[in-house]
Amino acid sequence: MTQPAPIDCDRASAGPKPAPEAIPSGLGALPVITTREVACCGGPAGEPSASFERPGYQVHHFVASFQTTPAGEVPIVQTHLNRRDRLGTLMVRLGIRRGHYRLAPGLYGVGEPGPDSPVLVTANYNLSFDALRRQLSGLDAWILVLDTRGINVWCAAGHELFSTREVVRQIERTALNQVVRHRRIILPQLSATGVSARSVKQVTGFEVVWGPVRAGDLQAFIAAGLIAETSARRVTFDLVDRFVLVPVEINLKVRSLAGSLLVIFILSGIGPSIFSLNAAWSRGLMGAAALLAGFLAGGVLTPVLLPWLPGRAFSLKGAVIGGLTSLIVVYIVRNQARPLELFSLILMTTTVSSFMAMNFTGATPFTSPSGVEKEMRRAIPAQIAALVIAIIVWLSSGFIA
Amino acid sequence: MKGFRYLSGVSTIKLNPEICIGCGVCETVCPHGVFESNSKKARLADPDRCMECGACALNCPVSAISVNPGVGCAAYIIQTWIKGKEAASCGGINCC
Repeated sequence: MTQPAPIDCDRASAGPKPAPEAIPSGLGALPVITTREVACCGGPAGEPSASFERPGYQVHHFVASFQTTPAGEVPIVQTHLNRRDRLGTLMVRLGIRRGHYRLAPGLYGVGEPGPDSPVLVTANYNLSFDALRRQLSGLDAWILVLDTRGINVWCAAGHELFSTREVVRQIERTALNQVVRHRRIILPQLSATGVSARSVKQVTGFEVVWGPVRAGDLQAFIAAGLIAETSARRVTFDLVDRFVLVPVEINLKVRSLAGSLLVIFILSGIGPSIFSLNAAWSRGLMGAAALLAGFLAGGVLTPVLLPWLPGRAFSLKGAVIGGLTSLIVVYIVRNQARPLELFSLILMTTTVSSFMAMNFTGATPFTSPSGVEKEMRRAIPAQIAALVIAIIVWLSSGFIA
Repeated sequence: MKGFRYLSGVSTIKLNPEICIGCGVCETVCPHGVFESNSKKARLADPDRCMECGACALNCPVSAISVNPGVGCAAYIIQTWIKGKEAASCGGINCC
């Protein structure tokens, strides 16, 4: 057994060289690179480039392979989520880089899709795509991804991105009629807000079948012959649904909170000596506590406790939980704050909570815009009045010994 | 969504029973069970559940349903009051 030749990382092969092939055009003999294992710098050199790689394009981690179809190469994706997917989910739920969590629109597949496999349509937001593909294990299906600019199905449908036009566009662009024999596409029910099934059929010849609301009911839907139970056609809003919305809602308002904290510190310093840093700090802290308590009561407690808080209007629910939370603030500052200040603090917490809770209407799936507008026309004047009173009382109490 | 109710009598949804052909698409696409239908007609069984998403109106083959769709987001509505509907903008990708 001879020793292997010493490794030279600049050489193409570490084994005995095969006979050089005659290369025309006077280039001379070039070594032929074999597919045997190549070692480099102490370890294996890695796989050679795959045939589906293209200059300038990188393949997503969730692509398992490519399948050749009459309309070109289609990526076959995995039906389980891995750590990268879960990390991506966490980031967007926290509101981090939500605008960049998207994939290329077009045709994808799971399993071994063929000309009779169902076509499932979704948005090019990774969260939507992941929510779909993780429910498809064991299934052979095509996934038609629309360009919704990285926005989820329902919001995109409401903003005319998951639209009739976009469905038509992707059907034509992917030459879907060459890929499948049937003429049926399954759309998520919530995309009905933006897609007219009749128009899609008229233009493309593809019949739209409305799938269930949740991807989790898809396999049962398909097994039952494209029929959904009533419960699969209803949107729910249970504790988990509500809770996952909280971080983004907080994120959207955190700058306003920072601004108002700054304001309360400044206002707290105003007094007989024009401005006192001492007062700004000691009174400001109490004000900040009240504002923060209201922010959390309206932004976190209200979504979580939503069905159990009284009243239909969210501003009322927020005011109630805000009022209760303000009692905690009062208890904490009971030895520092005077009665007038306590009154102001209670108003601050209650009002901020009411306002934050009212903003949650935009994230709930059962509030109508007409209802929200009606609620706001009543609530906002009351919130402004309460805030003005709270500020006047807070300022005045800065002048009272 | 059985337990959740919002304000009553605010939804702008309307169904014209004379035009309705009872196809049942509205009942299929509605996420809140607002409609009940048989082979002859559909009806608004619970209009207060309507969130004005517009799916029914868009997919009614005979245009028997009308509803004012809109953005139910407080921040956006405030903008329409101040700037008017044309100039109001959504929070964009970061909101949705």
